[in-house]
Amino acid sequence: MKKWIAYPYVVYMLIFILLPLLLTFFYSFTYQDIDGTTRFTVEHFKVFFTGAGYTNPRIFLNILFRSLRLAFITTVVCLILGYPLAMILSRMKGVAKSNLVLLLIVPMWMNFLIRTYAWMSILSREGILNSFLSRIGLPTVNILYTETAVILGMVYNFIPFMILPIYTILVKMDRSVLEAAADLGANKFITFIKVIFPLSLPGVLSGVTMVFMPSVSTFVIPRLLGGGRVEMIGNLIEQQFLGEYNWNFGSAVSIIMMTFILVFMFVLQKGDDKEQGGAIW
Amino acid sequence: MVRKFLTNTYVFLMYLFLYAPILVLVIFSFNDSRSRTSWEGFTLRWYRELFSNDQIMQSLRYTLIIAILAAMISTIIGTFAAIGIYKMRFLERQLVLNLNYLPVLNPDILTGLSLMLLFIFLNIPLGFITLLLAHITFCIPYVILSVLPKLRQLPANTMEAAMDLGAEPLYAIKKVILPQITPGIVSGSLIAFTLSIDDFVISFFTTGRGVSNLSITIFSMARRGINPTINALSTLLFCSVLILLLLINFQKDKEKERGF
Repeated sequence: MKKWIAYPYVVYMLIFILLPLLLTFFYSFTYQDIDGTTRFTVEHFKVFFTGAGYTNPRIFLNILFRSLRLAFITTVVCLILGYPLAMILSRMKGVAKSNLVLLLIVPMWMNFLIRTYAWMSILSREGILNSFLSRIGLPTVNILYTETAVILGMVYNFIPFMILPIYTILVKMDRSVLEAAADLGANKFITFIKVIFPLSLPGVLSGVTMVFMPSVSTFVIPRLLGGGRVEMIGNLIEQQFLGEYNWNFGSAVSIIMMTFILVFMFVLQKGDDKEQGGAIW
Repeated sequence: MVRKFLTNTYVFLMYLFLYAPILVLVIFSFNDSRSRTSWEGFTLRWYRELFSNDQIMQSLRYTLIIAILAAMISTIIGTFAAIGIYKMRFLERQLVLNLNYLPVLNPDILTGLSLMLLFIFLNIPLGFITLLLAHITFCIPYVILSVLPKLRQLPANTMEAAMDLGAEPLYAIKKVILPQITPGIVSGSLIAFTLSIDDFVISFFTTGRGVSNLSITIFSMARRGINPTINALSTLLFCSVLILLLLINFQKDKEKERGF
């Protein structure tokens, strides 16, 4: 058994993983001159941050901030809704527990576009939610094609990625530390704040990453549930590549998005290290 | 009592939330109208139409072919790569593993569009081949990540022991190493298959004229209103997956009870 049997894959990686990213970088810093030559420029980044040439100078910044804000809200909602479920599941036993965990995963095996699309028939003006509300005498709501619908769609699609890592950590947690906390006089609330939650932080952090990242970059959910009225950075990128054919600007926007995600993960890691008393960065 | 009631209500509501759209799909797959909101009576029409809808059947075929091929190819490449990476020295291994992590950490849209740029740069016409290559590319890292831990669990020097006893390297891998890391390989290929079947974003950027999987077909339908046959198809897929998984799960519980 020699390491060289990995080398075909190393070559594969260089071509299909590294080279594509380098190409994206290359495109983001270049433009095609009228005579067809490729020249270097930082113009695309300048346009993004200053809106040069557009009537609204904040046109792209607004999209960026909306993406970050909606992804942040989605992550917080997923955490608040998902954590208790992870905790309840981790304390169950036997077949009920394994079946409930399984039922958490099953929706992910259904095409996510189909499921997201089904939300449209629930949320629309004459939809199932509204006919239910009017039947019990409540005022109807117009959620579809608003930010609320987009957040709902993102929470729906990404919440398993929050629940599962937290569940995995909680299920492995040594129950004797809870008894120890109780012996030392902590009530349930204090035990949670001081013992359970800190010990579950690695799960929370990976959950937060796994929800935040796809939320920032999604373009399908805002397209379907936002009806094109809630534009996020993924929509902008998709539009630049497949609508405007402006690959240079599209690449620059992708690089900006990647940078924000990297910064977010860096900050998260830093918080994690502090909790554990180490400092890798 | 109150506490238990609240807990149960919360769990019920969470699962209702997760299954609401699936319930809607299943119910409206039997609806005698194209409407997605009002119930017009029971019919099996959409199930009959499903099998004569060429567009949907064709994209189902592409989805399955791509998923099976991508899972098989990425499992083979990934397993060999994992064995090689396992043997590497620290720095080299870190370098390769970090590179391998990129597709896992990168947002889908970035993987998709950068691969699209690559294919156009290399002058490969977008279509079946590029779609397959893209799927293999995002599947391999997951195979490696599920095979490597199994390799680390192997007793040290297993390979050397086999070779001392006269086994050729390839024979030792086949007869000694592979059987022991099989669980990792199986779960890796399952992850690859699942990811490939459900992928939309990467496929969207890397496929070309005439080649579309289910996700792409559904996405392009969404603008004009989705054909209810899609509901019928999803209902069938959902039921088969659910029954299969529940059977496996009950089987496992039985085995546990018998003390396996």
